[in-house]
Parts: sequence; C-alpha cells; structure tokens
Amino acid sequence: MPQKKISIRIDGELISALEGQTILQAAKANGKYIPTLCDLDGLTSVGACRICLVEVSGSERLFPACTTPIQEGMSVTTNSPKLTRYRRISVELLLIERNHVCAVCVSNGHCELQTMASALGIGTVGLAYNFPKLSIDMSHPRFVLDHNRCILCTRCVRVCAELEGAHMWELTSRGIHARIVSEMNEQWGKATSCTSCGKCVHACPTGALAEKGWAVEEMVKKIDAVTSLVHRRGAQV
Amino acid sequence: MKRITIEPVSRIEGHAKITIQLDDLGHVANTEFSVTQVRGFEKFTEGHPFYEMPGITARICGICPISHLLASAKACDAIMAVRIPPVARKLRELVHFAQIVQSHALSFFYLSAPDFLLGMDSDPASRNVLGVIAGHPELAREGIELRKFGLLIVEGLAQERVHPSWIVPGGVATPLSNATRDRILSELPAAKGIAERTLQFFKGALDQYKEEIEFFGSFPTMYAGMVDAKGNLQLYDGGLRFRSATGDVVEDYVPAEEYSNYIGEASLRESYLKAPFFKPIGYPGGVYRVGPLGRLNAASQCGTPKADAEFREFHQRFGTVAHSAFLYHYARLIEIVHALEKIETLLDDTRILETHTRATAGVNALEGVGMIEAPRGTLIHHYKVSEEGAITWANLIVATGHNNLAIGRSVQQVSEHFIDGTKLTEGMLNRVSAVVRAYDPCLSCSTHASGLLAMQIRLLDANGGVLDELMTD
Repeated sequence: MPQKKISIRIDGELISALEGQTILQAAKANGKYIPTLCDLDGLTSVGACRICLVEVSGSERLFPACTTPIQEGMSVTTNSPKLTRYRRISVELLLIERNHVCAVCVSNGHCELQTMASALGIGTVGLAYNFPKLSIDMSHPRFVLDHNRCILCTRCVRVCAELEGAHMWELTSRGIHARIVSEMNEQWGKATSCTSCGKCVHACPTGALAEKGWAVEEMVKKIDAVTSLVHRRGAQV
Repeated sequence: MKRITIEPVSRIEGHAKITIQLDDLGHVANTEFSVTQVRGFEKFTEGHPFYEMPGITARICGICPISHLLASAKACDAIMAVRIPPVARKLRELVHFAQIVQSHALSFFYLSAPDFLLGMDSDPASRNVLGVIAGHPELAREGIELRKFGLLIVEGLAQERVHPSWIVPGGVATPLSNATRDRILSELPAAKGIAERTLQFFKGALDQYKEEIEFFGSFPTMYAGMVDAKGNLQLYDGGLRFRSATGDVVEDYVPAEEYSNYIGEASLRESYLKAPFFKPIGYPGGVYRVGPLGRLNAASQCGTPKADAEFREFHQRFGTVAHSAFLYHYARLIEIVHALEKIETLLDDTRILETHTRATAGVNALEGVGMIEAPRGTLIHHYKVSEEGAITWANLIVATGHNNLAIGRSVQQVSEHFIDGTKLTEGMLNRVSAVVRAYDPCLSCSTHASGLLAMQIRLLDANGGVLDELMTD
C-alpha cells in the first residue's frame, strides 16, 4: 500500500510529504535546508547534536527535525533568530566540551564541526573551555581515535551497526563523561569484531576518527562513499 | 646596594627579565637573565600521534615555524626509518633557506636596526622600526623587501606564509610548480642586491661600534654549528661541530642521534629556560654559542662563492674565532648572502621540479631525532614513541637555549661596562637589552613559552625594595 501523503508548511510554504517521514526528511525531499551534524543520510536518526532544532507552530519548545515525525497541518519554521541562538549555543558547547584545536587537527579545513561553527558565525567562544585530559587510541594498525575531537554524534556507532553490521562501536557513560568505546571498552586494535572497513572513519564529521599517518589538514573524509553505499545497498530508513 | 630589573626585554620574541644588582657605590655586582614563562610542549604532546608533531610543535613560534616543522619532520622521518625522496630534501632545503632570509631580515632590520641606526641613547619612543622607516626610509624599504622575498618562497611552496602544513613526515606534500620557480628566480637578483648593499653598509659602519664590539658579549666560549663532512656550513642537514674558544675543532660531525652524549641541560633556579652545556666540560664551564656567529665560527667555510669571500673577510677582521656577540649581526648578513646563493643553485637544477615528494611508512623505529640549524641556531627535536606511534617522551632543545649561559654572561659584561648606578639612564639599560637582542633570542621557542615582545627593568635596593622601574613595549 502506498504511503499516505500529508501536507505541512515549512517556512510558510505548503509542501506535500509522506506520512512517517521526519521533519528533516520532508524538508530534504522538498529542497529545504536544515543544518545538521549528527545526521547522516541512510542511518537511523538519534537527535544527538541539537543543531537541527526547529520551531513548530503551537508549541513553545523546540523540536529536533531529525527525530520529529511530521503531522498533518504542521507548520515548521527552520530559521529564526531564536533558532540561530540555540544552534550557536549547541555548537559552542561542543567546542568547549573537549579539545578542538583546529590549527593542529588532521581534519582542519575538512571538518563538519568547523564548517558549522563558521556558518553560524562563531568567531570566538564566550563560554569557558573545559580542557579535559582525554586519551587517544592508536592501537589499530590503520586508524586512530582521538577523544579530544569527538562530539559524540554516534555516526560511527550507527554506521558500524547498521551498514557494516559489526556493531563494534558503542557509547558508554552519561553526560560529560560519555565516551565512544570499541567492543566492550577494549582497545580498538584488540577488537575482534572490527572488520577494519573504515566506514566509521569516513562517517565521522571531525578528526576524532582518522586514518593514521596524515598530517595537519590532510584527512579528507569520503562521506559520499558511505552514503552512496547505503543507497546502493537499498537501505531504507 | 641597589638592584635593577629589566622586565620585559623589548624587541625580542618572548618574555625575559634581567636583574642587575648594584653595590653601595653604584657599581654592578651581579646580573641575572631569566625567562619568565613556560608552555610545556614536551609534556602535553605525550600520547599524541608522532606524525601530528610537526603541526603541533610549529605552534611554538610564529617567526620560524618552518624550523620546528623541519626538525620535527626529520625526527618523524627517523621514526618511520625512511629516506625521503631527493626532491623532497631539496624542497625542504629551499623553504629553509627562504626562512633564514626572512627571519634574519626581521632580526636585523626590524628588531636591531633601531639600535644601530638611531643610536643606543636615542628617544625610546621612536627607537623602533617606525623610527627606522622615518629616518632611513630606503634601508627600511629594502629590509621589508628582503623579508618579503623570503616569505614569497615560503608561500609559493607551502601555500601559506605562517604555519603551513606542507612539510610532512616523509617529505613535503606537493611539488614545486614551474611558475613558482620562475617567479622566485625573477625576484632573486633584487634580493641579492639588497643583501649585498646591506652588508657593505654594515661593514662600512663597523668602526662606529668599536665599543659595542669590544664589550657586547665579547668573551671566549666554544661555538657549535652544523657542517658537512668537509666542514662546509650546513643549515638543513649534517653533523654538529664544536669548536673551542681558541679555534680547535673539539668534536666534529656529531650525528643528530648522538647529541645527548655532548649536550647536557641544566635547570636554573630563576628561569624557565634550561641551560644546555657541553657535557665533556660540564656545567657551568661548558658554555658554547650557536646561531649565525656560532655557525660561522664552527664551519671551515660556507661553500658558496660570495658568502665564502665574506666569510674570509669576517675572520680576517675578527680572527679564526670571533667572540663578540655584536658580530651576530654581521654573521646574520653573511648568512643571508649564503642562503640566497643556495636558493639560486637549488632552483637552477631542474630536478627541483620532480613530483615524487613523499615517502610513506608506519613506525619502524621507536625513537627519532631531528636536528637542523634554525635561524637562531641548532634546533633538536627528539621523540620516543610506542609501537603504535604515540609519543611517550619528547625533548626539544631550541637555539636560544644553547645560548642561555652566554646571554647571561653577556648581560653581566655589558652591565659592568655601561651601567653606572649613580646616574642611571635609559640608554645604559637599552644597551643591556641590545646585547640580548644581538642573539636574536626566541624565548617563546626556547621555553616553548607564549607572550608579548617586551622586557622590564627594575632597580632594587639592598633590601629588595623597588627604587626605579622601566617598562618597554
């Protein structure tokens, strides 16, 4: 049975979308841009980064577009001074939480967090930096995990579980103590379930996961290779 | 009894303090040169991938990031145990010579020229590069042009002037284009002209600085600098030569990985800057100096015709071993001439355009040392890594560090000669700062410390009370 079509408004424009779609999917299908960081085409949405927050008429609270299903007659605002303020705060909180030192990062110039900060006009950060002491896991022969650069978007967790089928990555602890862990908190190089496919590395929006050996600015992620693989395999989310 | 403190010292890179203790008659009793900030690069890089070290350690300094990039990349080459492609070596040398030109031009024209051109006793408000531009516009313009030429090469090769990511473990990221080579060659004659005119001008003015030459850090020490197997001056690669104060070669062609057999590092009570010393003699007797003067004293010749002619004249004037720190300025100008000749030789060889610029490898050795001659002297990066490639230990010995003991002694000598505590003038204290500037110290590098370019002088009585204070900025 074909999916039911329903009508919603995005930024005042009446659009037609399929029932069950999220606001983000409906927006994308109709050429409307909503900024995201943790979302990756073809993977389950988790609403981790809070960058895609939108306003929905009739509600005071903001909704993450990537996990909120559309409803008939819904009217969504994707851009407003309030949303920009919230998005900026979300990105600033990511920047202060760990040690994002762009100047010496392998992903400098190719980083989605950096691009987002720039797009939101974040030249300086007003909040105090946390400067945590974090480890770097270099135990894998080809790849490296630098917790300093991780924003806990969980793209690696999802791409490994949903696309590669290995489910090697997981998230441990809560709040500011949350960390990406490999295979029951084992060193990555000792993880028997890792297939060394590298999908997590290329899905990672920052320099947190990288190929070994690249100098500053050299780690260019092949994100399209990951998303096109999803579509070629016919995955449906 | 009084004590004078100069803090911060101006027109140097980084933060320094000088304390001068006077006796009851106003004569200099004792002096101390100390560096007042610490940054801790050796510690906080622990755990990071070794191949990220060039990018991280380059941030030690914005004046000569190329030096740190090169020394660090060489240490990484050693950890990878690779022989980098021949063109990569040539391109690294090229960018290094360019950096020598721009850094030496900065030191001579921007930082130290105000002292010789405007006078040690001139008004401190205009005793700066703007004063030079007003008083000697042609010389100032040429200084700016020369520095620009060095930066043109850096930018042409590495796409960025400061902190490029082009120098990488295993070689360099991209080859040299024909267009960039032609552009550099087209601007080279003008740069050579400036270098020669400046050198002639400086030589012609040497007679005016007899007192400075005699009392500016003029005392016998050892000297160190990199040379090749024939004793030619080497800036990118080679072995370290130590020459005694009387001219004997004490140690020759010491390879990078053996530096710690010859160089010890002492910690000083009042300074964040360690004091390297020549181990066979020990601390504090094993004082040696590095940098332009150290190199020209250590080497047997430069290995390029014009620089060699200047090298011979220099030693004819001041002996086989020239001991005055004031002559650092002279040596710096000779090195600019040498660097420009080397740039021309490198670019005239069409192999400089070869495109295989990078070797790749993982961890093949658990330890690596990179040594180069940075503009201010011998720079050593020494890393130890885990089998996975994480830094477990790092030691950096930076040019200014080697000179620490000699700078301290120079401050003492200048203070004793020029300072009269009963009628203290700004010009007297400026001479103390000027002798520090002669070494072109990079204190941000040497302590791997941050800060403004400034120095402070304080005069204290016998009980430590502040009698007078002078701030420069």
